[in-house]
Amino acid sequence: MQHYSGFGLVKHALSYHENWQRAWRNPTPKKKYDIVIVGGGGHGLATAYYLAKEHGITNVAVVEKGWLGGGNTARNTTIVRSNYLWDEAAWLYEHAMKLWEGLSQDLNYNVMYSQRGVMNLGHTLQDMRDIHRRVNANRLNGIDGEVLDVNQIQEIVPIMDLSRNTRYPVLGASWQPRGGVARHDAVAWGFARGADSRGVDMLQQTEVTGIRKNGNKVVGVETNRGFIAADTVGVVTAGNSGVLANMAGFKLPVESHPLQALVSEPMKPILDTVVMSNKVHGYVSQSDKGDLVIGAGIDGYNGYGQRGSYSTIEHTLQAIVEMFPIFSRVRMNRQWGGIVDTCPDACPIISATPVGGLFFNCGWGTGGFKATPGSGNVFAATLAAGKAHPLAAPFSIDRFISGKLIDEHGAAGVAH
Amino acid sequence: MLHIYCPHCAEYREEEEFRPKGEAHIARPVEPEATSDEDWGNYLFFRKNPRGLHHELWYHAAGCRKFFNITRDTVSYQIHETYKVGQQPSVTKQASSSKGAAK
Repeated sequence: MQHYSGFGLVKHALSYHENWQRAWRNPTPKKKYDIVIVGGGGHGLATAYYLAKEHGITNVAVVEKGWLGGGNTARNTTIVRSNYLWDEAAWLYEHAMKLWEGLSQDLNYNVMYSQRGVMNLGHTLQDMRDIHRRVNANRLNGIDGEVLDVNQIQEIVPIMDLSRNTRYPVLGASWQPRGGVARHDAVAWGFARGADSRGVDMLQQTEVTGIRKNGNKVVGVETNRGFIAADTVGVVTAGNSGVLANMAGFKLPVESHPLQALVSEPMKPILDTVVMSNKVHGYVSQSDKGDLVIGAGIDGYNGYGQRGSYSTIEHTLQAIVEMFPIFSRVRMNRQWGGIVDTCPDACPIISATPVGGLFFNCGWGTGGFKATPGSGNVFAATLAAGKAHPLAAPFSIDRFISGKLIDEHGAAGVAH
Repeated sequence: MLHIYCPHCAEYREEEEFRPKGEAHIARPVEPEATSDEDWGNYLFFRKNPRGLHHELWYHAAGCRKFFNITRDTVSYQIHETYKVGQQPSVTKQASSSKGAAK
């Protein structure tokens, strides 16, 4: 693998940047792998990377029906935070946060993780009680968090309308300074490059059409490029998890919904943090390119269409303009939808399944991006050992039978 | 914006009047006390979540406030039919595949 550095940039400038090595190969599928990962998004690529790096398992294929990082990895609003209420979720997301903090160095790829802080606004007394509770829970778990009053918010975000005569006046906020945003594509590309250099095969435009079983044990996957054998298969297919589960012959406690986001025209720097509001239901940050990155809630109906309804966009922009009247004349550049796999308790599933050797990592719903490195890290450990990593164990599919749910709707169910 | 025919109002109305309520035809176990944890979990949480035809429950929240069912394609979002609770769908995966129109 060619090492990226400032010196390398200068060196390649001398040859007009025409001799850069390809970031990853485009190999022909082998007949058999030790582990096949279905889904070449951020989570799947991170899984492959940590399998190779931390567990020395390199006879691995990532099978992707489109191109690497072309699904939700390319469609999210890139927010990273770990201020979750319950211990299990907080530990998992904090695990990811710690990996984020060293990720660019680890991957030798600039993922542009910018810890500009994440602010969650409270608009009602109950919001504020929940915020106090959540911040206290975070601090007990060693996760940074503060409760801000209106004056402190105004200092950080001068352009926000914090007057008392708005429809939903802001009463305070939780603040996680270590949170922020990252460059979504770079995360996928960095993991792909790191995994590829250790021998993992990235099989793009290879669609899984079936999961072959022998009795109740997985033996491989059928694809449009033929059968690929593997004793262990990890499925990381986000919105299409239900489709894959159907191929394997069981149901998941997951429903797929469209989730939309939009970006504005690029502007000069005006917002240097991430502002989220569950109550008025919108969140916004400004990318390094200068465009406002805006997101909101899912469409209520099941959908795989990668687009959403106009009423949801309208609702989102109402919320943004409510918080930032200064943005009322900003023109929107693009709008798109991704398909999120939502769980009843707004927490993911990282789990063995009724089929032996077949593991699922899904159900991240509206907030999977922030967990990308952590998700891959614990799922790699789970695949390597054949049993759940301690951080992943509470997220077993069995919790929907036992009733031991991890109810993160307060911290996670709405805004991500 | 979906344009939805409410079988109770017998009129087309805009999507915003309605609330989707997920998969239809899920029967509550007749004897909850005698139901195993697994069956109860299946009833509460596990869903077909198909890519394609989906029979789902909708609520006319800002209209007649009655529930009804829709058969809808989850990829194209095309609504094939709406029908009252208690009735069975006429557009099904089996029916459309026998016509060779399965998607």
